[in-house]
Amino acid sequence: MRHTISLSLLLAIFWLLNSGHYTWLILSLGLLSIAIVVWVTHVMDVVDHESLPWHLTARIPGYNLWLLKEVMVASLDVAIRIWTGAISPIVVDVKASQKTDMGKVIYANSITLTPGTVSINIQDDIITVHALTRVGARNLAEGEMDRRVSRLAG
Amino acid sequence: MIALALDVGSWILLVAGSFICVTGGVGMLRFPDFFTRIHAAGVTDTLGAGLIFTGLMLQAGLSLVLAKLVMILLFMLFTSPTASHAVAKAALHSGLEPQLDDVDDRSGVDS
Repeated sequence: MRHTISLSLLLAIFWLLNSGHYTWLILSLGLLSIAIVVWVTHVMDVVDHESLPWHLTARIPGYNLWLLKEVMVASLDVAIRIWTGAISPIVVDVKASQKTDMGKVIYANSITLTPGTVSINIQDDIITVHALTRVGARNLAEGEMDRRVSRLAG
Repeated sequence: MIALALDVGSWILLVAGSFICVTGGVGMLRFPDFFTRIHAAGVTDTLGAGLIFTGLMLQAGLSLVLAKLVMILLFMLFTSPTASHAVAKAALHSGLEPQLDDVDDRSGVDS
């Protein structure tokens, strides 16, 4: 129930921000769309703590800021390497210490979002990563991102 | 005065973003194999898109357009790593071997 209400609220905000036309016709169409979406997600049984991770809300801004910094540094590094051509591709296995699926997904997605490292496979708690450079692979193996994701989502 | 500063800032971001996007494209052509090319595409997806969207946000000011730009950027940041991972995993599973710097370091690839 809690999830259904918060999903409806989120969808309502989403509709209002995207529409920009606040007439009765459009608003009632919006209400109808929200009702249909909520009904469909209910039938599919996909609304739970994984699709609406409210428990992460307090800790996510801090992690996002750190990730943003990492992504910018890594992007610039890869951009420079594109022009200089100095690359040393390598494939490494890193351990994901997160207990929950959600934590592993966040970790693997953060690795891929950071240019220079792409997660290419996940087997249990081992993530196979293709890195553009040895330095990138070594930075990842030091495990700061792993620790931060563990603190974020266990 | 503030409008001018916003304009200048937004143009700097837009030009820098465009340059990064072109850089990503050059990387797609220059890098040797499929997996390294994904990294080049990642630069366009993250820093290139981020700079261009931030530049456009400065142009939009406080309006609904700003909210839409934020949403587009967020959705791109959520979906692009998922797509990259799906493509890379599909390539790995259909037998494409990453071209590596040194053969001794292939500890991570399971056969």
